[in-house]
Amino acid sequence: MSIVTSKSGPFTHAASSVQKTMTLVLLALAPATLFNLYLFGWPAILLFIVTVGACVAVEAGALSLGGRPVKSTLLDGSAVLTGWLLVMSLPPWAPWWVGVLAAVFAVGLAKHAFGGIGQNVFNPAMVGRTVLLISFPVVMTAWVAPHPLFSADAPSLMDAFSITFGGNMPDAMSAASALGHVKTELSRGIPVSESMAQVPNLFDMAVGYRAGSMGETSALLILAGGLFLMARKVISWHIPFTLMATVFLMGTLFNAVNPERFASGLFHLMSGATFLGAFFIATDYVTSPVSKLGQIVFAVGCGIMVWIIRTFAGYPEGMAFAVLFMNALTPIIDQYTRPRLFGRTRKGEPLPLKGDN
Amino acid sequence: MKLFPIRGGIHPDYRKETTCEKAIVAMPMPSALHIPLQQHIGAPAEALVKAGDTVKKGQLIARSQGAISAPQHAPTSGTVVAVTDETAPHPSGLPQATIVIEPDGKDEWAELPAPIADPFAADAQTIANRVAESGIVGMGGAAFPSAVKLNLGSRHKLDTLLLNGAECEPYLSCDDRVMREHADEVIDGARIMAHALGTPNIVIGIEQNKPQAIEAMTKAAATFSNVTVVGVPVQYPMGSERHLVQAITGRETPARKLTADIGVVVHNVATARAVQQAVRFGRPLLGRVVTVGGGAMREPMNVDTLVGTRVSDLINFCGGFASQPARMVNGGPMMGQPLPSLEVPVVKGMSGILALTAAETNEHPVQACIRCGTCVTICPCGLVPVEMAAFIRKDHLDVAAKLGVMDCVSCGSCSWICPSHIPLVHYFNYAKGMLNAQDREKRKNDRVKTASEAHTLRLEKAAEAKRAADAARKAALNKSTPATSEEASA
Repeated sequence: MSIVTSKSGPFTHAASSVQKTMTLVLLALAPATLFNLYLFGWPAILLFIVTVGACVAVEAGALSLGGRPVKSTLLDGSAVLTGWLLVMSLPPWAPWWVGVLAAVFAVGLAKHAFGGIGQNVFNPAMVGRTVLLISFPVVMTAWVAPHPLFSADAPSLMDAFSITFGGNMPDAMSAASALGHVKTELSRGIPVSESMAQVPNLFDMAVGYRAGSMGETSALLILAGGLFLMARKVISWHIPFTLMATVFLMGTLFNAVNPERFASGLFHLMSGATFLGAFFIATDYVTSPVSKLGQIVFAVGCGIMVWIIRTFAGYPEGMAFAVLFMNALTPIIDQYTRPRLFGRTRKGEPLPLKGDN
Repeated sequence: MKLFPIRGGIHPDYRKETTCEKAIVAMPMPSALHIPLQQHIGAPAEALVKAGDTVKKGQLIARSQGAISAPQHAPTSGTVVAVTDETAPHPSGLPQATIVIEPDGKDEWAELPAPIADPFAADAQTIANRVAESGIVGMGGAAFPSAVKLNLGSRHKLDTLLLNGAECEPYLSCDDRVMREHADEVIDGARIMAHALGTPNIVIGIEQNKPQAIEAMTKAAATFSNVTVVGVPVQYPMGSERHLVQAITGRETPARKLTADIGVVVHNVATARAVQQAVRFGRPLLGRVVTVGGGAMREPMNVDTLVGTRVSDLINFCGGFASQPARMVNGGPMMGQPLPSLEVPVVKGMSGILALTAAETNEHPVQACIRCGTCVTICPCGLVPVEMAAFIRKDHLDVAAKLGVMDCVSCGSCSWICPSHIPLVHYFNYAKGMLNAQDREKRKNDRVKTASEAHTLRLEKAAEAKRAADAARKAALNKSTPATSEEASA
């Protein structure tokens, strides 16, 4: 009998795998995605297929270019997840090239130029979204109000082809997202307290019946998916809870100081990509700190940046920028938030014995 | 009893059910016994017999050498066939000096040392000496000579003897069975050890997944007010010495110190039983209970086995393999070592022989790290395995050392949980080996340097002395002829 002594223990292993983790995340995203595909109809479905397909294609291309195993790596599901998150952050009726171009920047530049899975510094989906947002601000902020599938004014499949591939975005259909509306009104001198009257009520915002990217709408289903991931121990409470609490606290605090100028904490919490960002974007393993303490620091940073960008910067939504900014700080956060070693002080010295000085 | 939390840890499939409900079975005498001279940490024993000698059961056949060492005894009566080099149960598979005995079937005892009539009246040294001469080593797996650990009372202020019955490794149930079937002997042994150590308290820590063992031990300990049996949470690696001490006493052993420095000495339950046998009956350590398990074994069970029994004989006794094992392990699946061959003997520290199927080992090709951070969360030592492994891969061992790789206890939790199947512990073991080698090399160089400096100094001193002597002689000469001297100086 041949005996293998090639490696040291352990000689048993948990039933964990990268693929399993990715599949769970996709599962958690599915309810919110399906609901949003329904809400925004055929154009959204086409864009979803195009973007995810483009991410997989770019991944395959980059892998074969790098001489790495293509099939087994594709099967880990990370490219699909990147594409999925990416399309969730795009306007649902955006033309096809937005999805393709975003995929090239997300998977090609942010991920593979840095060495592929596990090596990227920045969240690929957010890089894809941000590059597009900066380069094509008009297309990237052309939000539409929901047109549920099979409803009277929903575009047919043929209309959808024309919207997605023909670039025939019907002008009348565009609508502002809640955050965008508040910001625009504020710039026209209309105080937040008044402009808030015209945004959808918080209930509509929670269930998702409003204009926005797919991931921005339907906070409740995103929350359900996030709680599912927490129950399956794919993510822990540290990042989502801390991030949302920070955004809420910042909003509430400044709203109390000056309600004319600052939107409320609850509005910040329920609008934009707060839920998607907290549960699915900021929790990205590769680009967030590895220790729990580091994750809390990271999430506080994200929360503060989201609030600052939404409140003071030129863009109505700040989740993508906030996450990317904190991604850049992740290595340094990791360095300063290592756990205390057993039997040692935080500084790494052995614990003193009783009676020692 | 109030318990204290320990950091991290994992919950692997324990898979103890195939063996833990079956009584210990004694194995019949094998056709030959192969007793390696080194079955313990420290210096190997020195053989006292040669081919052709007849030996009796319990007779000393190899004596200990040095402060940290242990002797070997003949496990049965018979003839010494050879004293030769044979493959040792070490992953390297390197040969080691081994005494081969052919049993005569009579199992005739040699004259044993007299039982210590009242161990609680005996002084600590007497008990430690008996344990030393009985060849007892830590039977939890580390195989450190037990007598050395019984002497700790003279140098440290100790308050607790902690008996480790956690048995947190999956598959293994030998300690569980010993506690269930020989609770009185274990408790008696613990009390003798506590007496030798001078510790007022005895705590026996058993993981809560062994309720029968807890019950049996509690019953056996009922009459002794200073003995407490504690059920500890099922959380691997609860059986790690430092972590068990922390869970039970709340005290954290400082890095590079012993648990004795914080007043606690830890011994394994099977070791306590061996001490009891040596003190009460004069019997040296001749065998042990080994868990033979794993999905590839036809009849997994706990076997009372003589030291020196070939693993192949042991496996045949358990019905052989039911299927081709993917891995053969010496010890538990988490911290055990790969078994280099089936033609190696059972030794004193061998708690298990596992024949694992591919489904059980669940090995997969290594994938890239996705920085999920689970290894950081579960590390019971507070290390950052993902970071250390990355540095070790680039051979930046100095950075890994700074990050604390030498504090790693190789419990295997990080490798076990890694979704990318990265063999983290393999990296750490490599780094520890290299760093130890570098350290030895450095100390050797330092010694050479010190010696050569001393040599230079000595030469200089000799030269100095010679100059001084010359000067003195000249001075003496000058004194005898002062006029010349004055002329010279003028």
